[in-house]
Amino acid sequence: MPLKIIDSFDVYHLSILDENGNIDKKLMPKISEKEIFSLYEFMLLTRIFDDKALKLQRQGRLGTYASMLGQEATIIGSSYALEKKDWMFPSFRESGAYLLRGLSPEKLFMYWGGDERGMFIPKDQNNFPVCIPVATQTLHAVGAAMASNIKNEKTAFLTYFGDGATSEGDFHEAMNFAGVFNAPVVFICQNNQFAISVPRENQTKSKTIAQKAIAYGFQGIQVDGNDVFAVYKATKDALHKARAKKGPTLIECFTYRIGDHTTADDSSKYRAKKELEYWQKKDPILRLRKYMQKNNLWSKNYEDKITKKFTDLIENSVKKYESVKPQDKEEIFKYAYSSMPKKLKEQSDYLKEVGE
Amino acid sequence: MPKLNMVEAINLALKQEMSKDKSIIVLGEDVGIDGGVFRVTEGLLKKFSKSRVIDTPLSESGIVGVSIGLAINGLKPVAEIQFEGFMLPAFDQIVTHAARLRNRSRGRFTVPLVIRSPYGGGIKALEHHSEAPETYYVHSPGLKVVIPSTPYDAKGLLISAIRDPDPVIFFEPKKIYRAIKQEVPEKEYSIEIGKANIVQEGTDVTLITYGSLVRTSLRAVENLKESVEIIDLRTLSPLDVDLIINSVSKTGKVVIVHEAPKTLGLSAEISALINEKALLSLQAPIERVTGFDITIPLPKTEHYYFPDEKRIQMAIKKVMEF
Ligand SMILES: Cc1ncc(C[n+]2csc(CCOP(=O)(O)OP(=O)(O)O)c2C)c(N)n1
Repeated sequence: MPLKIIDSFDVYHLSILDENGNIDKKLMPKISEKEIFSLYEFMLLTRIFDDKALKLQRQGRLGTYASMLGQEATIIGSSYALEKKDWMFPSFRESGAYLLRGLSPEKLFMYWGGDERGMFIPKDQNNFPVCIPVATQTLHAVGAAMASNIKNEKTAFLTYFGDGATSEGDFHEAMNFAGVFNAPVVFICQNNQFAISVPRENQTKSKTIAQKAIAYGFQGIQVDGNDVFAVYKATKDALHKARAKKGPTLIECFTYRIGDHTTADDSSKYRAKKELEYWQKKDPILRLRKYMQKNNLWSKNYEDKITKKFTDLIENSVKKYESVKPQDKEEIFKYAYSSMPKKLKEQSDYLKEVGE
Repeated sequence: MPKLNMVEAINLALKQEMSKDKSIIVLGEDVGIDGGVFRVTEGLLKKFSKSRVIDTPLSESGIVGVSIGLAINGLKPVAEIQFEGFMLPAFDQIVTHAARLRNRSRGRFTVPLVIRSPYGGGIKALEHHSEAPETYYVHSPGLKVVIPSTPYDAKGLLISAIRDPDPVIFFEPKKIYRAIKQEVPEKEYSIEIGKANIVQEGTDVTLITYGSLVRTSLRAVENLKESVEIIDLRTLSPLDVDLIINSVSKTGKVVIVHEAPKTLGLSAEISALINEKALLSLQAPIERVTGFDITIPLPKTEHYYFPDEKRIQMAIKKVMEF
């Protein structure tokens, strides 16, 4: 009975676009100039939205908000790879992916401003609402993906979560179900190095998050999360594989949370300024811009034009958000059940009687 | 005597107990270098080192599950769950094991564990950060449930909770974490778990409440002509039934106020107890001023949900006019 290796595994890291804007031609996905403009513009829109949200929060015009600063390539590169009929199950740090998939910025401002109507997602958008409890949404994505197997549909499902989420039981249960039932799902871990104050090294002893897929019997890959081409390629391939019923994939996007955890946090308490500065230099938008400059796809004029377009769009949506008619009192009772039980009708009547 | 808010009072209780008893450890998400998202554990890491103040992975079931193991092997864990809404992943460990090990092992294994968590609404937070889930825990045999309403009580009750041989759920009303400053003695003192407090004596109506609504209730009755006796329960399990019944026997009229949903909220149990023990003293049906039977709304409409001064006054009027 010899002692022998019965299996062994490799963990890959994918990076295509370097910090100077040069690409690895062999790895570069097929992507048109038009698509490159799109990627760039959605990343920029994401940043302009984010910046406005942070400002509104500071002025008391928005509630607690989770910034995407520095993670735009991860968020846009992955959601851009989705087809319209595919489904997205986000956590709370993917406002940009909602924008890309058609949700209006005013809806997002409403949600982050504490108005439930912001999370009424139009029926033609296959997006689940923001999920505040960490990791729980991963199981919903897997279940929805299992349903598409049962119904014999060729739809793919994508779920987002952070590095911290990989410590929750739900994440592991989702990975296990996905493997066992060959669910057409893509797990996107936005590894931004922190779960509030807890650094990635204290979250798991694993060298990578990608390797966790191995234990569940499917592929995991780490990609440079500040490289929009790498994120796009890995996600596109994984979605294709999912639709072909060739199994789930875990994609670890290695990136960094440049901002505080949320507007309620102060990250200077727990991380070094040096580290932050190191990552600021790896700005994903700047990196794509360098590539575009090298390939004559970028001009100052273009930048100014789209910046103005998006700034106007966001300013306009803030106006819409701030002039939306407040919800009536009765609204708080309306969505508890399909039809309102008598006790809720009584409670609603009582609230009316209380007056202002 | 220093004036402290509730965050500082709890912090002081933790520091003093940990200095005295080396078996006490604190664990949870962001309790170490960050000092907790509400800064309740601020400075503990520095004072007591990494082996006693532990930043855990992001896993509530993990935090409580290992706390049970820590407790049965001689330590006294004080676990923090970052928000009451995120205690649910740990609910299984709390109810299935922490609450039952004493019974299951006929007293051989006990779980001297405190689970602290910021509790309740009113701070305009994101979903799951404003819940009032006390009923789940009060309903589970084997658990004690405490909700202080002042810095002074918070310190004394937490010290008792830490010294208690059984698992205690310690909910901290986050709305008043920093709203009230009060003289809190440096010296250690404890407030017995299971004892309610009459915060204002009165003869016409008994108003029973707890948590941040104690303050709201005090304000609501400030200018009323009726003499209202306000009881701050402080401990929800076990309830101080004698104190409640004594007061009801005197006033004959009862208003119960809490922010948790109405159905099977604490008010339901208290009403039933009064029914069993003091029915003949009652001069009017018991009035309940509670949250509604819905998910607590997001910030823009959350004020519709909470019992406020006006709703409390309406209820008092109703029992008085019956
Ligand atoms: C179940 C649960 N526990 C705790 C929290 C509080 N909380 C919100 S975000 C967060 C950290 C999440 O870290 P990570 O998964 O890495 O995502 P990131 O915020 O970095 O995007 C914590 C602890 C929560 N929302 N849900």
